[in-house]
Amino acid sequence: MKIRVGLGSCGIAASGNDVYDVLNTYIADNGLDVDIEPTGCIGMCFYEPIVDILQDDKVYSYINVDHDKAKEIAKRHLMVGEVLDEYIGYSTDLKIDYLEKQQKIALENCGLINPNSIDDYLNNNGYDATRKALSQMSQVDIIDSLKQANLRGRGGAGFPTWFKWDAAYKSPGDVKYIVCNADEGDPGAFMDRSLLEGDPHRVIEGLIIGGYAIGANTGLIYCRAEYPLAIERLQTAIDQAKEKGFLGKNIFDSGFDFELVIKKGAGAFVCGEETALIESLEGNRGMPRLKPPYPAQSGYWNKPTNINNVETLANIPYIIRNGAGAYATIGSEKSTGTKVFALSGKIKNGGLVEVPMGISLREIIFDIGGGIKDGGSFKAVQLGGPSGGCIPASLLDTKVTYEDINKTGAIMGSGGMVVMDESTCMVDIAKFFLEFTCEESCGKCTYCRVGTKRMYELLIKITEGHGEMSDLDELESLATSIQSASLCGLGQTAPNPVLTGLKYFRDEYVDHIVNKKCVAKKCTNLLTYSIVEDKCIGCSVCSKKCPVDAIEGSLKSPYHIDTDQCIKCGNCVTACKFDAIIVE
Amino acid sequence: MCENCKMNEIESSFPAEMVDVSLMDNMLDKYKEQEGSLISILQETQDLYGFLSLDAMKYIAEKTDYNRTYIYSVATFYSQFRFNPVGKNLILTCQGTACHVNGSKEIATAICSKLNIAPGDTTDDGLFTFENVACLGCCSLAPVIMVNDQVYGKLTVDKATQLIDDIYLKEQKGSSIEN
Repeated sequence: MKIRVGLGSCGIAASGNDVYDVLNTYIADNGLDVDIEPTGCIGMCFYEPIVDILQDDKVYSYINVDHDKAKEIAKRHLMVGEVLDEYIGYSTDLKIDYLEKQQKIALENCGLINPNSIDDYLNNNGYDATRKALSQMSQVDIIDSLKQANLRGRGGAGFPTWFKWDAAYKSPGDVKYIVCNADEGDPGAFMDRSLLEGDPHRVIEGLIIGGYAIGANTGLIYCRAEYPLAIERLQTAIDQAKEKGFLGKNIFDSGFDFELVIKKGAGAFVCGEETALIESLEGNRGMPRLKPPYPAQSGYWNKPTNINNVETLANIPYIIRNGAGAYATIGSEKSTGTKVFALSGKIKNGGLVEVPMGISLREIIFDIGGGIKDGGSFKAVQLGGPSGGCIPASLLDTKVTYEDINKTGAIMGSGGMVVMDESTCMVDIAKFFLEFTCEESCGKCTYCRVGTKRMYELLIKITEGHGEMSDLDELESLATSIQSASLCGLGQTAPNPVLTGLKYFRDEYVDHIVNKKCVAKKCTNLLTYSIVEDKCIGCSVCSKKCPVDAIEGSLKSPYHIDTDQCIKCGNCVTACKFDAIIVE
Repeated sequence: MCENCKMNEIESSFPAEMVDVSLMDNMLDKYKEQEGSLISILQETQDLYGFLSLDAMKYIAEKTDYNRTYIYSVATFYSQFRFNPVGKNLILTCQGTACHVNGSKEIATAICSKLNIAPGDTTDDGLFTFENVACLGCCSLAPVIMVNDQVYGKLTVDKATQLIDDIYLKEQKGSSIEN
């Protein structure tokens, strides 16, 4: 018997460590012949902590396990082999849509193997791809193979990976670098974190193969400092790979040497952009460089450098092992393979999903994600973070391919998929993203630095009820200027949230401006709080919860809100048990 | 304004907090031969003291080839670096999209009013520092806060204020034991 406990960041946040300790202690105290191991994220964050028990070729998955449940599972399942059906979420015999509709390539091992064990990885075809690439394939073979597979960069833009590798390969020079971009900065995206925490060796393999293909002997992983667990597990994996000879000199007797170093990012969204990332790697302010020269010609320390995203690299071992043909059959002609999405927001089953390209947004959100939580209704889905846009309900059948998503005005992005219901205000969400980009703009290009700030100010003006119709034209004109006068992707795409908002939800903007109304009841300046006298029993709870003493009255008779004093914090609404407070 | 005055003006914008700079010697030795490691040096300095003090940055300038202006320009560019001592408990609220949609703003406001500080500040008793941060990458548990590297998810205003109360209680118990 073997036990796996989900201990990715989500599992740990849901007290997975406590569950692990309970089970581990029980096994030790009772001298049971059971192996217990941590594993990464299986993607079902809503079920964490998850405990898998592998017994007689079957897997039983206990979900939402807590301290007490863990004790019971130990006493009954581990000790006497009784399966506790009431706590089982899914098993070999009990399939669930969340998993069945997915197709896992990059996440193949996530949540199934112990990320701290290289042996576990080796038992799952680990380093087979590296062995094959280094001993049977030439540099050109590998690049050709990526071309056939038509793998496109998973970081957002979808640029063909083979093209970048080919350019770096053909670029003259003895010293070259390959870099893994793990500076996952999109608010609402956690694919790379889960991958690095759950299957670090896979990314290392991608880097070794890439390094071999372009002729780089040094690889660098630029990882966000906010991901301490990912960095720790990567470091462990690098040390193990070194020990086994997969990193270092003369790997698999191929004569190829490769070293790998982790560099911690320091919290700047713009460093996700290739040239800014290179500046940061060199220890400078992360400000983008003028292109050309492209990194493939002159990158890190002005040497040919190739940069790939974590998920892109995680696809490489599969393509090498199974052949480009196998990969290219998945998805559409122009968008092959799978894509990992971080599903979150107002969704019932939020987590990590990997789906074949060509699946519709509706299938992901409703079939896999289970639809909207708390009985709400779907309003929009945000793709691509601050560079993307909100796709409305009328376009739910859009297929997930680079070409179809781009047509909507949003972008595929790195994989953040934030679902919104009617309580989300589309002007407020655009304001949220503009505040983000305006703060994260490095300041090099005037239009990005000042223009995003002006757009943000206009959005504040609208959400505070001072908007004029001419502001919409101003927003559009600023958007066009920022797009054309910014050096890097941050500025070029920063206006997208507003542009898609105006395209699909213009009525909501107009409602804010003309009627001074926010249908989502999010923009506090446009709201008024009042107490319905018939419903108020005079219990005084609201008045006690009010931080500014704006609610007055005497016990057992209806209370009143002084609208001049009210700061619209909403505390009273949450406190009232009689639905007596209305917000309009 | 002359160069010196400019430098004085920049340096006076950093709070003056003294630290024992000799603690950095080993670390600075380690990076001596490594080109382009200023960010790593600053990160390790912050790990040592919890923040980047002016004298620590001046010390880096003294011991390395980086000049002071350059060090300040890099340190102020990245949001990870802070220039004030941090409280005993560091609370980070996630400002990601999923958290925003699920009410992170209300939670941040509640914690700030509970602690009576603004984002980025430390309480007078030095027990808490509160900061808004970029996405912590736990979107499916939104809204999320991180207290001393531990993530707390699916928060409500009540749960968040309860959490603060719990830490207060723990601190009080701790100090009564010490006494």
